[in-house]
Amino acid sequence: MADGQYVLEARSVMKIFGNHVALDKVDFGLRAGEVHALLGENGAGKSTLIKILTGAYQPDGGSIHVDDAAVSLDNPLHAQTFGIGTVYQEVNLLPNRSVAENLFLGHQPLRFGFVNFRKMEADARTLLANYDLHIDPASELGMHSVAVQQIVAIARAVQLSGKVLILDEPTASLDRNEVERLFEVVRGLKARGLAIIFITHFLDQVFAISDRVTVLRNGRLIDTRPLDALSRTDVVRLMLGKDIAFSGATDVEPSETPDEVLLEFKGFGRKRSVAPFDLTIHKGEVVGVAGLLGSGRTEVARIMFGADPADQGTVSINGKPTAIRRTTDAIKHGFGFCPEDRKAEGILGDLSVRENIVIALQGKLGWFKALNRDEQLEIAGKFGEAMDIRAASLDMPVKLLSGGNQQKVILSRWLATDPAFLILDEPTRGIDVGAHAEIVRTINRLRDEGMAMLVISSELDEVVAYSSRIVVMRDREMVAELRGKNINPGVIVQAIANHSDEAVA
Amino acid sequence: MKRLHLERLANPQLLALVAVLLINWLLFPNFFRISWQDGRLFGSLIDVINRGAPVAILAIGMTGVIATKGVDLSVGAIMAVCGAVAATMVVAGYPTPIAVVAALSVGLLCGLWNGFLVAVLDIQPIVATLVLMVAGRGIAQLITEGSIVTFNDPALIFIGTGSFLGFPMAAVIALALMILVTLLVRRTAIGLFIQAIGVNRAAASLAGIHSRMLLMLVYALSGFCAAIAGIVVAADIRGADANNSGLWLELDAILAVVIGGTSLLGGKFSIPLAVVGALIIQAMNTGILVSGFRPEFNLIVKAGMIILILMLQSPLVGSALGFFKRDPKQAASR
Repeated sequence: MADGQYVLEARSVMKIFGNHVALDKVDFGLRAGEVHALLGENGAGKSTLIKILTGAYQPDGGSIHVDDAAVSLDNPLHAQTFGIGTVYQEVNLLPNRSVAENLFLGHQPLRFGFVNFRKMEADARTLLANYDLHIDPASELGMHSVAVQQIVAIARAVQLSGKVLILDEPTASLDRNEVERLFEVVRGLKARGLAIIFITHFLDQVFAISDRVTVLRNGRLIDTRPLDALSRTDVVRLMLGKDIAFSGATDVEPSETPDEVLLEFKGFGRKRSVAPFDLTIHKGEVVGVAGLLGSGRTEVARIMFGADPADQGTVSINGKPTAIRRTTDAIKHGFGFCPEDRKAEGILGDLSVRENIVIALQGKLGWFKALNRDEQLEIAGKFGEAMDIRAASLDMPVKLLSGGNQQKVILSRWLATDPAFLILDEPTRGIDVGAHAEIVRTINRLRDEGMAMLVISSELDEVVAYSSRIVVMRDREMVAELRGKNINPGVIVQAIANHSDEAVA
Repeated sequence: MKRLHLERLANPQLLALVAVLLINWLLFPNFFRISWQDGRLFGSLIDVINRGAPVAILAIGMTGVIATKGVDLSVGAIMAVCGAVAATMVVAGYPTPIAVVAALSVGLLCGLWNGFLVAVLDIQPIVATLVLMVAGRGIAQLITEGSIVTFNDPALIFIGTGSFLGFPMAAVIALALMILVTLLVRRTAIGLFIQAIGVNRAAASLAGIHSRMLLMLVYALSGFCAAIAGIVVAADIRGADANNSGLWLELDAILAVVIGGTSLLGGKFSIPLAVVGALIIQAMNTGILVSGFRPEFNLIVKAGMIILILMLQSPLVGSALGFFKRDPKQAASR
């Protein structure tokens, strides 16, 4: 592509955090009058790229060009002077001030040095009319729905910047009609020649509004393509990195005689979180969960574990109907849960490796049956060795360990409670190759020993390798259950992308 | 266990206490002189443990709260309330044990109220406990009807001014409470759970710890300790002063806990070291008094102490003075 056609361009930008390469020579070009979707799973580098394009981060290599002139963006305010404005998922305005004040904050029309409220409100009314939004500019912003607030935020950003608009997951908390309303606004801006970057996890929305799509994965640019030449399956394949030629099926032998049923979820769900689903889990079985980010994968895990208790449906354990209202109920019944966000929800950073390993077992034993130091050391040592945890000492704070070793610590924490059912949410994300292999090996070993597991992972090859069955999540619904020969990445990608042909909103 | 005690003898808090005492000795050569009179010990050193006892008792309860990343601002006011309850009840003719139990129950109730606000309603601890800090003094004034309620009940007075084996009763109570609470948290899993919640409440809950119940417990304990301190102080002056009993002592208690090495960010804690912290504060107070400096200096010195501690806790200084930090091996062994 010839130069000169991009309003905003990143040329082989690099960003490095410590040892981690967040962006590796990524090229990105944005044309005037296009909606350009930016896609990628967690950690793909989307937000890093956006932060570089808005001046929040400085690139460690490469350059940023606005209208073909190399620029250096010092901060978001500086980026605004080049016409680059951003609207975030969480509305970044002042809910307790009026709509007009929010629109003009920082550059209010003045008269004799005082804010000219009458003019400001009149200006606001005209401005909002462009967006077909007829609300009282003097009303408090917080009174209005999130969608209206988003439109106000867009109006402010466009008015301040006027060339490039970055929409960072603006639809995450909107309902269908609100999304459509927002899209009307976006189409209007596109017609006015604005260049728009659109970030979302909803594929439907990408197809509904975008002209081109750029996919990032693990900090690398995968491709930039016009969307009309792509199918949903193509996009999912780009995001997850699955070659069409790849069709490695599961290694797990389909057992002739299914083991006894451990768990039976019926109509299990939670409003605004996951649609009711049915799922039966046998002993000695790994059920893989596939789906894109935001598809409801993690929500399924949290409902099962009682972290966000289900508000409908039933679960029976070993044939007995049971209620799981809180995590302690689940743990009492032999559940364990390794959460996706290790740092925020998994490790107790300042506590020692030993304490981190025994904490769940101790929680199960209660306040008064305390394990003494020697018992703790023995348990921690036993599981630390079995999982090959590389720590200088069991008494060192767990936060000093590498991500992979931290993950092993959390896995050990649950194994120490002798669980019957283990839920692993992205157990191999962001950990080194050695730890990765160790965790996959452990999953296989535990399955062979008869433990039931639910494993959520975006690594399709991996899920395929150890799962006896795979359920696919899409739009917070369990949409498919794959068995036997169907357990291969191609089929999974199909199932994730598959779309009932109803038009979006 | 024996190894642990030996290690603890060389920790910075005890060294600081010794340093303060030595400075006092330099300023006032008679500082270490202890005499035996009327079946009890007298002297500046005894005065330190006697006067330091109320803050030490508060610090015992405060340690648990701060270890959960909370803070309890209401302990001073709870002291006033409980002192008022005990005093008015003995004046009204109730037997001393009943009055004491009633006062302790009121303290426990106040603590449970704080715990309810923090654990169930999820209000930030500093705001939640501010409620009782403000309201508590009003309640105490209502109980005493605005006057200082004085009493002559010998049993109640004994709690504040009596002696046991020659040691002042207040100090004996503080010591016994320290041992009891330390055993309670260290011999059970409660201590570990408190640390887990303080370090990462979300992770602790997912690991199956009843964080709400535990938070209720630590705030209740803090209220209970405040009640004991309130009774001791009222018994010492033979009267309940709703306006001044326990005034600003919550700040001394927080300072004592922080000097004792418990971070305001929660996590690792030590009750005995918080008590040592209370003694350091009192040793400074007493030192300034007996050495003839004007008491105003007390506040300045205390402020200097706070600045020093906060500086040592700040990450910037911490990394610059890595060797000042506690030996990690020792910290982890507790």
